Amino acid sequence: MFQYYLKLALLSIKRNPILSGLMVTAIALGIGACMTTITVNYLMSADPIPQKSDKLFYVQLDSWDPNDPFDEPNEPPDQLTWTDATNLLKAKKATRQVMMAQSVGAVEPEQQDAKPYMASIRLTSKDFFGAFDTPFLYGGGWSDEADVNREFVTVISRETNDKLFGGQNSVGKTIRVLGNNFKVVGVLDNWVPVPRFYDLTTDQFAEPEEMFMPIMLKEELELPSSGNTNCWKRPDDGFKGFLNSECVNFQMWVELESEQQKQAYKDYIDNYVKEQKTLGRFARPLNNRLSDVNEWMENQEVVADDAQIMLWLSFMFLLVCLLNTIGLLLAKFTGKTGEISLRRAVGASRKDIFVQHLIETACIGLAGGIAGLGLAMLGLQGIKVLYGSFADRVSSLDFNLVIIALILALLSSIAAGLYPTWRACAIAPARALKDQ
Amino acid sequence: MFETGPILRALMRNKVGAILIALQIAVTMTIIVNSIFIIMERKELMARESGMDEANSFYIRSSGFAKDFNNQVTVQEDLAMIRGLPGVVDAIQVNAIPISGGGWSMGLQTKPGDDQDGVGVAVYMVDEHGTNTFDVDVIAGQDFNASDIIWRDGDRNDWPDQILITKAMAEDLYPDEDYRNAVGKTVYINRNEPIIIKGIIDKLQAPWIGWNGLERVMLVPQLMDFSAYRYLVRTEPGQRDIIMPKVEEMLASSNKGRIVRELRSMQETRDRSYRRHSAMINILTTVMVILTIVTALGIVGLASFSVNRRKKQIGTRRALGATQGAILRYFMLENFMISTVGVMVGAALTVGLNMWLMQAFELSRIDWYLIPVGMVVLWLVGQIAVLGPAKRAAAIPPAIATRNV
Repeated sequence: MFQYYLKLALLSIKRNPILSGLMVTAIALGIGACMTTITVNYLMSADPIPQKSDKLFYVQLDSWDPNDPFDEPNEPPDQLTWTDATNLLKAKKATRQVMMAQSVGAVEPEQQDAKPYMASIRLTSKDFFGAFDTPFLYGGGWSDEADVNREFVTVISRETNDKLFGGQNSVGKTIRVLGNNFKVVGVLDNWVPVPRFYDLTTDQFAEPEEMFMPIMLKEELELPSSGNTNCWKRPDDGFKGFLNSECVNFQMWVELESEQQKQAYKDYIDNYVKEQKTLGRFARPLNNRLSDVNEWMENQEVVADDAQIMLWLSFMFLLVCLLNTIGLLLAKFTGKTGEISLRRAVGASRKDIFVQHLIETACIGLAGGIAGLGLAMLGLQGIKVLYGSFADRVSSLDFNLVIIALILALLSSIAAGLYPTWRACAIAPARALKDQ
Repeated sequence: MFETGPILRALMRNKVGAILIALQIAVTMTIIVNSIFIIMERKELMARESGMDEANSFYIRSSGFAKDFNNQVTVQEDLAMIRGLPGVVDAIQVNAIPISGGGWSMGLQTKPGDDQDGVGVAVYMVDEHGTNTFDVDVIAGQDFNASDIIWRDGDRNDWPDQILITKAMAEDLYPDEDYRNAVGKTVYINRNEPIIIKGIIDKLQAPWIGWNGLERVMLVPQLMDFSAYRYLVRTEPGQRDIIMPKVEEMLASSNKGRIVRELRSMQETRDRSYRRHSAMINILTTVMVILTIVTALGIVGLASFSVNRRKKQIGTRRALGATQGAILRYFMLENFMISTVGVMVGAALTVGLNMWLMQAFELSRIDWYLIPVGMVVLWLVGQIAVLGPAKRAAAIPPAIATRNV
């Protein structure tokens, strides 16, 4: 029966090519617009580390100006001071603790013809690689001793390894960077978390850094600070003065296994702040936070307002396209009054007619959905062109999205088809036939 | 008037089609009017001028890395070399670039003390060529002269004893006074350190285009003894693209102990900074065009259908003496009545969506005149869309009435 209805549906679609074409186009446009914006929003807000996003917590301590909050209404600073971050790092109260900061440094390649270049550097502690499950191509992270003894070791990105070592296993080799020889201990495999959740304070869709090194080298080599530095009190002169100041430029993540452990850690940082209060720091009321990955992404407003506005506008766009389709279907089915009456007169039940027309609608919806997917790819291409490199990582369709698109197309076309189909079934065959 | 009565009664017999079109018009109008409003807002943002000679300026970043790198000597040599190039108007060493997105800000307050409110201000460190390179005018007080300029050490946080500020900054510091009165006054940086305002410049923008203090800028008479900084170069009209590679080449070859990068024109910087807004404008424009076409085609489709269905009645009317004009008028009028309901509902929805956007995304209130404009536009779209089917209806010969379908 299904096959017969399918044949009837295709026949009927062929009979009014223009009307059918209009309907398919309308659905395709609506689905195309929606899928473009859904993709962008979905990828912007996607959980970048689903296996442990509820175990990683971003640490905030309110060390700010007693007179003004860091941000209204009463937000603690989004980063930590050197003093607090190193204290938390040394205390080792969590399963893993990751302290980090951004920096840059000149790399001087050994090859004669290669020019020196500036590399982006993430200064961090050894737990970075374990906490964020970074994939390694060669080697691995550095040891606890390397952190403590401030060893000149580095983990480099795959691209840097390709550039400096032609993709060979470079573990054990040295790179001249920041005027010193660094020993390579690991090479990361391709690793581009979207968004770059581990540091949302600057470009949230940037690629990870080219090199990683122990954070304590910041003090040892007096490394420059990149990213945002915010101060509410003038730092003392000199590099030491900056490190000992109330300026925030450092980030801290901790890995905590359970709710109890989280509570224990929260108590620990609250106690830490109370202790610091006795030393004359932390004049503001207690306001420390632990946010897991998704909470932190929400706090830092990773999904741009523009993307959300587009999402709502595209749903309205789809609504217009559906209204359009309802109207056209109504016109089409009303035009088939004669045919329907005849089928009813020779024995088809209302249910048969209903199913037959629903299949016809679904066919149109499916065609619209497939065409809409094509349009969505076009739309995403357009987004890439318009927004440039940043959009590269938030504008590709994956399998889930294709399924969502087809289901959305099918559901919306069937929803659009319900009323016209019901009207088609409601025809009184005798009268309709007589009128003819 | 005309046949409004009969048309209305006919419409009431087939409500659903009419309601569908009216709803389509309403939602279309809601999207279009709100989109136009967002586009206008973004265009306004993009039209703001930085105050610089953007068409003829570019910059490049120099980062020294060699251990024996001598910053002071390098900066002086570089600047003398760039300024000596034919086609260059002027050049400076600077810590940040207007509208580029990255920079340095401080707070200034009119009275010393920890409990006083400060006014945030963007900081540009320049020498006595600053105003000429930025292409800004000193409209009150004095410009810096060569003897004002001091070296700033990377490890020290001292500020000089005088600054230039923009007119907008002067007005924010002293809201109740004429900006000229700010000249010679003392303001405080880092809560307690006094600085005298030496002069006022007309206009210059901060690095952050989304900042509400975009035009609050101070120029500080300092050359930087840092290892990394930028040179900003202003050229004669039309010379920029010739001079850009020359400067890059000169800097790269003059000193091997540094890396030069980020050679960028101000035009490119503007395009990058405002890319998000121009993208939004492009997307919304596309949406508006497609949506209008979809709605118009929907109207054509439904009108054609209703003409086809009423062929016999139209023929009968014609046979009874109705002119072609009367038939045309019937369909135009019918569409006009449906559109009227649509745009009325649309006006309400437009305001509703705008109110929601205001609440959820901090957009501003829609300009009221856009609503009547949107209504007229959608009326016109409806009339144009229905014209084709209406003409076909008018062309139906009276003889059809006599035929048995």
